[in-house]
Amino acid sequence: MNDRPSARELLAAVERFLEESVVPALEGPARFHARVAANVVRIVARELETEELHLEREWDGLSVLLGSVDEEPPRDRAALRESILARNQELVRRIRSGDGDAGAWRAALLEHLTRTVADKLDVAQPPRKGRGE
Amino acid sequence: MAGEDLGERVAAFVAREEGLAAGDVRLGGLRRLAGGASREIWALDLEIERAGGVERLPLVLRRDPPGRVGDGGDRGLEYRLLRAARAGGVPVPRVHWGSGDATILGSPFFLMERVEGETLPRRLLRDERYAKARSVMAAELGAVLARIHALDPAQADLRGLAAPPADRAPARAEVERVADGIRGLAVEPHPVLDLAERWLLERAPEPARRTLVHGDYRIGNVLFDEGGVCAILDWELAHLGDPIEDLGWLCTRAWRFGSPLAAGGVGTRESLVLAYESASGAKVDRDALRFWEAFGSFKLALVFITQSRVYLDGRVRSVELASLGRRTVEAEDELLRFLRGEA
Repeated sequence: MNDRPSARELLAAVERFLEESVVPALEGPARFHARVAANVVRIVARELETEELHLEREWDGLSVLLGSVDEEPPRDRAALRESILARNQELVRRIRSGDGDAGAWRAALLEHLTRTVADKLDVAQPPRKGRGE
Repeated sequence: MAGEDLGERVAAFVAREEGLAAGDVRLGGLRRLAGGASREIWALDLEIERAGGVERLPLVLRRDPPGRVGDGGDRGLEYRLLRAARAGGVPVPRVHWGSGDATILGSPFFLMERVEGETLPRRLLRDERYAKARSVMAAELGAVLARIHALDPAQADLRGLAAPPADRAPARAEVERVADGIRGLAVEPHPVLDLAERWLLERAPEPARRTLVHGDYRIGNVLFDEGGVCAILDWELAHLGDPIEDLGWLCTRAWRFGSPLAAGGVGTRESLVLAYESASGAKVDRDALRFWEAFGSFKLALVFITQSRVYLDGRVRSVELASLGRRTVEAEDELLRFLRGEA
């Protein structure tokens, strides 16, 4: 186990440095890129917080859609990511074959995609109230 | 090329174009303006000494980033488009000089009038001083777009424009083009985009007309001041196609910058469409508009995927390009609204 500061705390230090010292000291494209860099650090920080939960949810949703609820998710994080990628490939094959064009499976599919997209948005964008219209 | 060297080369180029001695063209105030990932924009001031006196020109230089893999933009064509648009009564900056010869400045470029004004969407949407501009903007953009679509695509300056295949509706051809792009470039599966592709293909409208399409008609490419629209910029994606594409792109969610108003964040869809219909005399099919608005997010997904791929392949090590891959989900989120029947 690594010593403190934790990964999260180190990222917070980098983000503060970028926002408070680098951005104000620069102008033009470099200033813009420093802002983007600070935002990227925040994305990484949010991903560290939520990835485990999001991967679990996506796995479970895919299990229902693909009829593989009995399969245990890999315990290793990298293996879980790989399995989800493979399952998403399978999901895309089903969509391309027309399975998602109508009916109950489409309803379940939209529900699953809505949840995974909401999870990805929570990482990609700063939290804010009343997202969307 | 360092800024100093660039300035010298621009001055020498203008002197040659004008048949003047090198010393008669002086350049100052060269500075890089914050631009997008696909182009460089510089501000500069030229002093041109002629027999009749000294002419001072505030200019903008637009140039492809030297050595960058092309984005299909053609600066020579953009130069001619701006000339044609101006002749057709569309508010655009006056173009002065340009060349597609990459040996002059390292990549194709042109020089145009620097029109005073603002392009930053967030200023337009939030600042009190642009309240009046906001109130007239949607109607103005509708009326200006009608003029763009009225330009004769057969005129000499508009030769060489990309056109959809004659055997298919532009809408269908565009969905297929973007879907192919996504399939070719995405490094992971995107179920939402596959589902959206099917939704779009089912709804692809036949065009009521085929016209010049600006191709990037949106807030961010509109120069404005307190009174409203000053100039329409960024013509590099102009092509022939279904004119409703421009209306749909302007209403695409990303270009509302968080505002609840559909038309570029400054007005309702209807205020834009009514102004367009009244200026063009053409009726806008609302289902076609809905298709093109959804298609806008589909196309944006490809833009984000393409830009992050440029980073992933190590072609351009830009933090901005790297970050854009994580914006693909915004387009997916919006497409899901259409798929669920909410938008």
